[in-house]
Amino acid sequence: MPRRNDITKILVIGSGPIVIGQSAEFDYSGTQACKALKQEGYEVVLVNSNPATIMTDPELADRTYIEPLTKEYIEEIIRIELQMLKDEGRTGKFALLPTVGGQTALNLAVDLADAGILDKYGVELIGAKLEAIKKAEDRLLFKDAMTRIGLDLPKSALVNNIRDGLEFATKIGFPVIIRPSFTLGGSGGGIAYNREELMEILARGLDLSPVHECLIEESVLGWKEYELEVVRDLADNVIIICSIENMDPMGVHTGDSITVAPAQTLTDREYQRMRTAAIAVIREIGVETGGSNVQFAVHPATGRMTVIEMNPRVSRSSALASKATGFPIAKIAAKLAVGYTLDEIPNDITKMTPACFEPTIDYVVTKIPKWQFEKFAGADENLGPQMKSVGEVMAIGRTFKESLMKAVRSLETGKKTGSEVLDPRRLTQMLVTPKPGRLDYIRFAFRRGMSVREVARMTSMDPWFLYHIKEVTDTIAALAEVSAENVSPEQLRKAKRQGVSDERIADVWGLPGHEGIAQVRELRHRHGVKPIFKLVDTCAAEFESMTPYLYSSYDEEDEAAPTAKRKVIILGSGPNRIGQGIEFDYCCCHAAFALKEDDYETIMVNCNPETVSTDYDTSDRLYFEPLTLEDVLAIYEHESSGGAEVGMIVQFGGQTPLNLALRLKAAGVPILGTSPESIDLAEDRKSFGKLLEDLDVPQPPGAMATSVEEAIAGAERIGYPVLVRPSYVLGGRAMVIAYDSAAVSHYMHEAVEYSQERPVLIDHFLEDAVEVDVDALCDGDDVIIAGIMQHIEEAGIHSGDSSCVLPAVDLSPAVLDTIRTYTRKLARALNVIGLVNLQFAIQRDKVFVIEVNPRASRTVPYVSKATGVPLAKIASRLMTGRKLRELLPEQVKSGKDLETGTHYFVKSPVFPWNKFPGVDTVLGPEMKSTGEVMGVADNFGEAFAKAQLSAGLHLPLKGTVFLSVNDRDKQGVVELARQYVELGFHLVATEGTANVIEQAGMIVDRVYKVKEGRPNVVDFIKGERIQLILNTPHGQDPFFDEKAIRRAAVLQRIPTITTIAAARAAAEGIQALQKHTTTVNALQHLHAQQEAANRL
Amino acid sequence: MQAILALEDGRIFRGEGYGAKGECYGEVVFNTSLTGYQEIFTDPSYAGQIVVLTNPQIGNYGTNAADNEANKPYIEGLVTREFSPISSNWRSQLVADEYLERFNIPVISEIDTRALVRHLRTHGVMRGVISSIETNSDLLVQKARSIRKMDGTDLASVVTTKTRYEWEPEIDPLNPEEKPVPADLHVVAYDYGIKKNILRMLSKEGCRVTVVPAQTSAEDVLAMNPDGIFLSNGPGDPEPLGYAQDTIKELAGKKPIFGICLGHQLIGLALGGKTFKLKFGHHGGNHPVQQTENGKVEITSQNHNYAVDAASINQEEVELTHVNLNDNTVEGLRHKSLPLFSVQYHPEASPGPHDSHYLFRDFRKMMEEFKK
Repeated sequence: MPRRNDITKILVIGSGPIVIGQSAEFDYSGTQACKALKQEGYEVVLVNSNPATIMTDPELADRTYIEPLTKEYIEEIIRIELQMLKDEGRTGKFALLPTVGGQTALNLAVDLADAGILDKYGVELIGAKLEAIKKAEDRLLFKDAMTRIGLDLPKSALVNNIRDGLEFATKIGFPVIIRPSFTLGGSGGGIAYNREELMEILARGLDLSPVHECLIEESVLGWKEYELEVVRDLADNVIIICSIENMDPMGVHTGDSITVAPAQTLTDREYQRMRTAAIAVIREIGVETGGSNVQFAVHPATGRMTVIEMNPRVSRSSALASKATGFPIAKIAAKLAVGYTLDEIPNDITKMTPACFEPTIDYVVTKIPKWQFEKFAGADENLGPQMKSVGEVMAIGRTFKESLMKAVRSLETGKKTGSEVLDPRRLTQMLVTPKPGRLDYIRFAFRRGMSVREVARMTSMDPWFLYHIKEVTDTIAALAEVSAENVSPEQLRKAKRQGVSDERIADVWGLPGHEGIAQVRELRHRHGVKPIFKLVDTCAAEFESMTPYLYSSYDEEDEAAPTAKRKVIILGSGPNRIGQGIEFDYCCCHAAFALKEDDYETIMVNCNPETVSTDYDTSDRLYFEPLTLEDVLAIYEHESSGGAEVGMIVQFGGQTPLNLALRLKAAGVPILGTSPESIDLAEDRKSFGKLLEDLDVPQPPGAMATSVEEAIAGAERIGYPVLVRPSYVLGGRAMVIAYDSAAVSHYMHEAVEYSQERPVLIDHFLEDAVEVDVDALCDGDDVIIAGIMQHIEEAGIHSGDSSCVLPAVDLSPAVLDTIRTYTRKLARALNVIGLVNLQFAIQRDKVFVIEVNPRASRTVPYVSKATGVPLAKIASRLMTGRKLRELLPEQVKSGKDLETGTHYFVKSPVFPWNKFPGVDTVLGPEMKSTGEVMGVADNFGEAFAKAQLSAGLHLPLKGTVFLSVNDRDKQGVVELARQYVELGFHLVATEGTANVIEQAGMIVDRVYKVKEGRPNVVDFIKGERIQLILNTPHGQDPFFDEKAIRRAAVLQRIPTITTIAAARAAAEGIQALQKHTTTVNALQHLHAQQEAANRL
Repeated sequence: MQAILALEDGRIFRGEGYGAKGECYGEVVFNTSLTGYQEIFTDPSYAGQIVVLTNPQIGNYGTNAADNEANKPYIEGLVTREFSPISSNWRSQLVADEYLERFNIPVISEIDTRALVRHLRTHGVMRGVISSIETNSDLLVQKARSIRKMDGTDLASVVTTKTRYEWEPEIDPLNPEEKPVPADLHVVAYDYGIKKNILRMLSKEGCRVTVVPAQTSAEDVLAMNPDGIFLSNGPGDPEPLGYAQDTIKELAGKKPIFGICLGHQLIGLALGGKTFKLKFGHHGGNHPVQQTENGKVEITSQNHNYAVDAASINQEEVELTHVNLNDNTVEGLRHKSLPLFSVQYHPEASPGPHDSHYLFRDFRKMMEEFKK
C-alpha cells in the first residue's frame, strides 16, 4: 500500500520533560518520526514541553510548539493548525501520531479522544487506534484479549473482601501480588508472602480503592523475563525486530534490569512459541501499524510461558532494540503509520534489501541501568516493579562477556575500578534482594569461591549469564598470578577478549593511577593486543552494508578502515543522569550536524542507547563505545591511522569527556576549541580566584576548612552570613546558611563529614541575591552574549534546579552591562573558543561571579530555542577556526545580545520526588531535577504559569495561600500578600508572618507550626485546606519542620514556593491563568520575528 | 585443544577445538539463525557441509532429544565464535559440546566468524577442513582442495532412509497435554534428507505418513494409494538426482504433490526448468518471502545453495507463487492445472519462524479436494 495522500498535516506529540521512566529515548523516537514524515512530504506539527530535545529544533517540523502537554493546549494547537489549513485553502486530513511520545503522548491522545476533541475537529489517530490503546492499557480488557487467543497470564482474581482474597491466595499459593483497582500509579499495592501480610495489604488496598476492589495475582517473581519488539504494517505483515532477555528475572522493572540482546537461553522451539505469541498479541490488541513491545515470563523449571504486558507504542525497549540491531523502529513506524507496508520500505543499512525482514546480529548487546540513589538520601534502594534508574548504558561486544564488561565500564560510577566497598556480611542480602550494587556482589561472590549454582539460587538469574561472569572473575584472578613483566601475550589477549579494561588490569597488578593504566596500554601495544572495529549491519554480514555504525572488539578482522577525509570526533555524554542529561546530547548532535555541513567527516562516540547522538544517521560514523580513555584513544588511533587530519571535541558532552580532556591532550590528541587547561583552571578554586582578582571581577569571599576552628576562623574572616557546605555531599542537610559561629560549630560537629581531601566549603552568603546564568559564544577575539537568564529561585540553589527567565525581568541596565563586561573579560581571559557559561549573583546591584564553565552548559538548547540561534552549531564552527564576524556579523557589529523578541521564555525543572517517597524535597547546591520544561508567552506571568503547568505543578486559581517567611523576608511578604488577596485568595500564616500581614491591614488565619501543636499546617495541607505554599527557608527553626511540610505538599501535589521572587512570579502567573486565555506560539513564528528584530 | 580451519583458497583461521578431536571436510556455509543450532546440527540437508553460525554464542541451552531433526547430526563440522561449555535450560539433556563429541563432529571456536562470513560472502561458498590433529596449514589447504565438489554429487542417496517406515506421532514437549490429531489422510513422503518437523507438521494436519527411500519408484508409491505425496528437503545439488526427477514426472497429476527445498528444486527440474548454484546460498531464519498472489510477506527459514531459475520456468503452465524479497529468487511454484506445488524455503521451520505453517494446511486442502 502506498503513502496515504488523504493526509496533509500530522501532529506529533512528544513525551515532555525527562523523568524517571521517560527519558531521552522519546527524543530519539520523536526525532526519527518527524524526519521520516517530513521526508514523505507531510506538514509536520510538533508539540513538546521539553526545550532540551532535538525534536523541538525548528528544522525538524514545519511548526514546533513548546507548550504544556495538556488537553487544553493541544486543542488550541489543533484549532489553529486546522484554521491555517482552511485559510490556505488546502484540503486533506489532519492526523495525530501518538505512538512516539511515550506514555505521556498515548495518555494525552486518549484524553483528547475521550473528551471528544478529536471528533470535534475531525482529527484521525494514526499508528494506534483508540480501541487498541485501551485494550492494551486496561488490565481487564487485556486479560480478556489474551484469554481469547489462548495465551497464559499469571492467574488472577478480582476480590472485594478479605475472605475471598485469602481463599484465592491459598489456591494459587504465596507470594501473591495485590493491586487495588483504580488507584493512581498502583498505589496501595504490594506483595504478600503470608496470610498476615495479605490481610494487612488487602485491607488497605480495599480501603484505598474507590470501588473497594483488588486484583489478587499469582506472583511470577524470579521467572525468566523476555521482551520482543514487534512491528506490524497495514497489510498485516508482522516482524520481530529483536528479542531481549533480562538478566534480572521477573520482579525488577525492565528499566531497572540488566538486559541482553538477543535472548540467550531459549531453544528455537521456545523462542518461536514466544514469537508466534507476540504476533498473536499485536493482532488481537489491534495495533494496526508501528512498533509494540510484548513482555513474557517463563518459568525456569517448567517452561510455562505467560504474557506480562504489551505497550502499543514505541518504548524504551524499542530505542534499545533499534540501537542493538541497527533497525530504526520509530522511523519505520512513522512510515507505516502513513500507509506504507514493510516490503515497500528499504533497509537503510543494506540499501539492497527491504525493511521487511527480521534483523539478525552477530554480537551481543548488554544494557545496564544507571541509578543515582546517592542524590536522594533516605530513598528506598530496593529494586522492584517501579522503575528508579535515571539512565542506562549499552555496550556491544562479540560475546556476552565482552559486552557486559564494556557496559560496566561505560557506567562511569566515579569509583575507581575494583574499589567497590563490599561487605561479606551483606553478601546474601545483596544477592537475594535486587539493589543497584548486585552485579558487584555477584563478582564478589565468585571471588570468594561461591559456585554458579549457589549464586543462581540466590539471584534467580540464569546460570548461563552467571557462568560468564564467573569466567571473567577467574580470568582476572589468573592475571593476579602474573605481572606486567611476565604476562604472556595470549593471556593478555584472553583478558581483553573478555572485556577486561586496562584500568582493571592495572589495578590487579598494583600499577597506580593513570600512569598504571598507560603502562598496561603500552604493554598491550607492544604485544600487538589491540581492538579492531566491526559493523552493526542488521544481517550478520550476509549482505554488504553501507552504514558505518561501529563497535570495538578484540577479534581479528577490522572492517572500518578510516577514510582520507578530515574528521572531527565528538565525545558524547554517556548515560543520562541528573546534572548531565539530554541537553548535552543535544549539543553533541548539533556539532555533528554543523560540521557535516562544513564538510568534515563527523564521528560520534557515545554509549547511551536512548539518545539521538547514537542514531546512525546523526553523524558520518558512530562508535558505540564506552567513554573511557582506553576506548576513546583506541578510536582516535584507529581514525588517525589513515593519515587524515583529526580533531576532537570534548566540551559538548558534559563532565564525562571533560574528565578525559587533559589526558587525551597529553596522549597527543588535538582537542578543538577552548584548551583543556583553561577548562581545568576554571574548576580550580585557587587559580580561578587568582584570575578573578587579576581581572578585578568580584566573587563572594570564601574559605575552606577541615576543622571546627578553621571553619569558624574562615567564617569570621569572610563575614556572616556564610553558606557552609561539604565539597562532596554525603547526605543529610547538605547546605546551611549560618549567621553566627554557634551555627557553624553546630554544622561542623553534627551535620557533615569532612576530611583533608574533602574540606568544607565556606562562602559568604549573598542575602537576597538574585542569581543569573549567562551563555556566551567566544572565538578568542569577539564575544557574543547569547542569553542573560535571571533565576527565579534564590542564589544557593543549583542552577539546574532553578526556574529561570529569558530575558531577565528586573535587572537594571547598569547591572546587565556589568554582567556583559565581566562575561567578555572572562571569556577572553580564558581564551574561550566555543561556548562559555557563567553564573552571577547580584546583591543590591553589585555583581559577583559565582562560577565560570568554559564549555557547553545545560541551558544551551533552551537559549537556542528562545533566540532562534543554534548556539552549539556556531560554537562547533568556532572550534574549527571559523569566526563570529562571519557567523553572526550583525551581532558582532552591534555588540548586542541575541534577540528574544517580544516573548518571555521560562525554564523550570522537573523533580523525581514521586519515585522516592520519604525523601526530603529540599533544594540545595546539589542538582536533583531530572529534566526541564519551557513556558513561552508574551508576558512573564503566563510564561511562568505555563512552565509550572508543564512541570506538573498546577498553580491554583483560587483558594488559600499559606505563608510562612523568615525574618528577612517579613518586609517583602506584605506586598506579596496583598497581591494574593487581590487575586481573591484567602491567607493562612504562622504566627510571626501573620502578625506582619495583620499589621498591614489584611485578614489572615493563623495556623500552628508543625511542632507547636495541632491542628498544624501539615493537617491543613492533608485536609486540602491549602492550595499554595509560600515558605522561605527558616534555617534551624525547631518548631517549623519544613521537611514535613514539603513532604505533605508533594503527596498532595500542592505547589510550594521557597522565594519571594518566585511567589511574585506565581502571582503574575495566576493572574494570567485567571483570564482563561490559552495561547500557543510556534517557534518558527517567534524566530522569524526575532530575525527581523536582529536585522534592525 | 588447538584447531585450524583451512579453506581451499588458502585462508586459514586458528582457534580452539571442541567436540570431537579429529578432522572433517566439507563445503563451508554460514547460517544466520539466532536460535536453533541443534536443529541445524541434525538437519540432513547439511550433509557434506561445515556450518559457520553467525550467532556468536552457541551451545547456551544445551541439547535435548525432542528437538532433533534426525537421529544424529548431519553437519560435517561446526564453526563458532564462542562455544558454551555449560548448558542452561529446563529441557537440556546434554551439553552441546558432548553431544557433538559423541557423534564425532569436530568444532572450531574462538575464531573471527564474522571475518569468515564476509570472506564467504565475497568469494562464495568453498571447501574447507577443520582439524585439531594436523598443525600444518598448507597440508590442510591441500586437503580442502582435494575434497569432492558438491556439484553433480547425489547426496540424497547417502542420507535417505534405507527402508520404508511409518512416522510415529510425537508429544509436543511444550504442549504435552495436546491431543494427537486423528489421521484421516495418508501421505507418502520421499526422504531425500527429511527433517522430523515436516513429519510432525503433516501429522498435526491429520496425516498418517509413510516415509520412503529416495529411490522408491512411482509405481511402488502409487501402489500404496496415498492421498498425497510429499517431496522432502535434502542436501546438495538437485541435478544429479535424475531418478527423482523421472519419478516426479510420472507422479505429477496422479496424486497431490507438495515439495520443500530440494523437493521444490526437483519439481522445478521435472517441470522442465533449470537450477543454478547461488553464490553463498540462503541459510538463516529471517528471509522475507512475498506471496505474489496477495503481497503478503512471511519471514522464512531457509537452507539451500541451489535455486530454480525463474526464466527457465514455463509460466504458461506454472505459476511463480513466492519470491524472495532480498534477491528476487524463486521461492514457490504451483502448477496451473495439476495438483502440485512447492516452496524453496522451510515452512516447517525448526529452526525458524512459524509464519509459513499454513502451507501444510494448503496441502491438506489440496488432498481433500482431490479426493472429491
